[in-house]
Amino acid sequence: MRIEFSKEEEKFREEIAGWLKDNLKGEFLSVIGRGGSGDQVEMLNERIKWEQHMGKAGWTCIGWPTEFGGKSASINEQVIFYEEYTRAGGPGRIGHIGETLAGPTIIAFGTKDQQQRFLPNIRLGKEYWCQGYSEPSAGSDLSAVKTKAESLGGKWVVNGQKIWTSLAKESNWIFALCRTKKGSVGREGLSYLLIPMDQSGISVRPIKQMTGQSEFNEVFFDNAESDLNNVVGEVGNGWKVAMGTLGFERGASTLGQQMAFEQEFMKILNIAKENGSTKIASIRQQLSEAWIGLKIMRFNALRMLSNSKEGLLSREAMLSKLYWATWHRNLGKLAMDVLGMESEIGDKLSNELSSLQKLFLFTRSDTIYAGTNQIQRNIISERALGMPKEPRGKKE
Amino acid sequence: MEFNFSEEQRLLKDSANSFLEEFSSSERIREAMQSELGFNQEVWKKIAKEMGWLGILIPEKYGGLELSWIELVALQEEMGRNLFCSPFHSTTCLGSVSILEAGTEEQKSKYLPKVVNGDLLITLACLEDNGDWGPDGINTIYKKVGKDFLINGVKRYVPYGHCSDVILVAARQEGTEGKEGISLFLTETKDSNLKKEKLITMDQTRPQAEITLNNLKLSNKSLLGSEGQGWDLLTKVRTLGALGLTAEQVGGSQKCLDMTCQYVLEREQFDRKIGSFQAVKHRLADMMVLVESARSAVYYAGCIATKNNSELEEVVSIAKSYCSEAYFKCASDSIQLHGGIGFTWEFDVHLYFKRAKSSEIYLGNPQIHKDKIARLLGI
Repeated sequence: MRIEFSKEEEKFREEIAGWLKDNLKGEFLSVIGRGGSGDQVEMLNERIKWEQHMGKAGWTCIGWPTEFGGKSASINEQVIFYEEYTRAGGPGRIGHIGETLAGPTIIAFGTKDQQQRFLPNIRLGKEYWCQGYSEPSAGSDLSAVKTKAESLGGKWVVNGQKIWTSLAKESNWIFALCRTKKGSVGREGLSYLLIPMDQSGISVRPIKQMTGQSEFNEVFFDNAESDLNNVVGEVGNGWKVAMGTLGFERGASTLGQQMAFEQEFMKILNIAKENGSTKIASIRQQLSEAWIGLKIMRFNALRMLSNSKEGLLSREAMLSKLYWATWHRNLGKLAMDVLGMESEIGDKLSNELSSLQKLFLFTRSDTIYAGTNQIQRNIISERALGMPKEPRGKKE
Repeated sequence: MEFNFSEEQRLLKDSANSFLEEFSSSERIREAMQSELGFNQEVWKKIAKEMGWLGILIPEKYGGLELSWIELVALQEEMGRNLFCSPFHSTTCLGSVSILEAGTEEQKSKYLPKVVNGDLLITLACLEDNGDWGPDGINTIYKKVGKDFLINGVKRYVPYGHCSDVILVAARQEGTEGKEGISLFLTETKDSNLKKEKLITMDQTRPQAEITLNNLKLSNKSLLGSEGQGWDLLTKVRTLGALGLTAEQVGGSQKCLDMTCQYVLEREQFDRKIGSFQAVKHRLADMMVLVESARSAVYYAGCIATKNNSELEEVVSIAKSYCSEAYFKCASDSIQLHGGIGFTWEFDVHLYFKRAKSSEIYLGNPQIHKDKIARLLGI
């Protein structure tokens, strides 16, 4: 058992840390620390420029195989990358859906043509992606998707609606789970279709969320079109491809995410020290517990990464979403408790909610998106502990 | 980074589990629990002579295996899982650890080979009837008389104190207070001025005793570490002892989860396995999060212990506070999910529940460790 990184890995750390230090400055000063929880759609143009700057230097998509323009970085190297990126205050990656979801899916299941067409532009920050999975009546039960794609006149013609789509307005492409077999239900008859966003058949409507901001959108398909070659994997094989996508990331970014959590925690801790709320025993205890929870999140992640086999999630990985989402939501509440009466007062300069207020409100979504806490508990008890599966209801 | 057991360590862990499944079966736990000694001496000899476990940390020159905290953590986890009744933790994680930390060559050669052979039980007597883990809790007094020490006081909550051969006693020099003036003494319990009384404990798997020292005279050969510098040593020893305990807590929590999973897949009500109810499944999922997180914390702390660096106190406090709460929660939920049968003497769940409670408060309850973390955070 060894928790240190190797000499070569530490050298890699120096390399990325050095590059960030030399590059995250000048015209990019304004994006430092931006684009986090509750701030995801801010400073977009600047962040796109930054993404392209990184892409040119070869610091995007480092986990991709070298034949697709990546660095074939190991899990450990990816962990180091995310740690250093967060430490340096690198902004929320606007290209992360392309890098961690669309790209790896196209690498694993796509044709050569698809790989040549799409991968370079993801890597260079020229095209951005959003994910079209959830629908109004397909939330936790993703297999209930209704959005239809029909092959008509040499094209896919898409009709339906997706919801909770992050960055839809900013994206050039959407990968959508569509029903391509008429009359099919459940996991059968679905296809994983790539659809260009810039067309008259698609309209995007932002959802104003409880933070007052709009990070999520509804996407409407009204005879939207896509090329026949744009199905990834085979037609009718969409469920398998979509599930594959979910397994790709394998949590290398989670340590970077945790470093961002640590920065949030430290901010709250410093406020507590300044405003004297640490004298309240329950606040002091909650701060201590939050720190303990955060450290253990890191230990969990290190174990998960050590135990993960290529393409397979370890048992620990199943726990990670439930753990971090709950921890982060509690941190948001703790921030308000620490602020006391001041927790109601917004930021005068920007005439907006303060960053901690945004954190408090936004973290209410952490335990819902990407699998609610309740769904996570089903997954853990069924897949890791062998409990019986939830029965499906019967249609009347 | 390779944050899991090596092949050899895994083998050691698996063989420990097989051994303990046999020698710490439910029947044997109950026999040990109800015996005066609190453990089975034949099994104790076996773990010394056949398994070599008592020499895990002890250098080869004293007959030990000279392995690391990783192996000790692995063993402790299996002992916790099988609720092994024995003075292994007190003798190894407190006793040997103290002597290895601060013993003179003479003390090491005198005691360690005997420990390895299973011929010497050691324990730590730091607490008194005030139950205070801080320096102010130590009111047992020593006086210097020429080159000797004269000790008076009553130590309490001493694990396996009733049968230990050597008790490491924390005492303070007359007239001192706080962290100053505290010394640790290796007292041999044959002395008639030392009285041992076994206490009645709710958790019968770890007996405790009260030790009365009445004008006990010790030579300076009994002094462990430097005179008056005992507080730092005691802190170090209790930190390592707590690490050993957390591994045991992980094993116990895991067993609670395993027993419960097995039961809810057997028990049927309303014509379905009760494990198919979400109310049950979701509790089990939460238990698993606790068990695995506790395990990550302990393994991490084990790695830090092998390096002996400054992070140790923090990570052990993290582990001890988390594992204590995790074990208690898992044991409580295990009773609840077993329903009526979980409340019976016959079923083992209550043994784990009681052990969870006694381990929770042993070597610092979660509150004490959270307080330490808060201080490290500067609040």
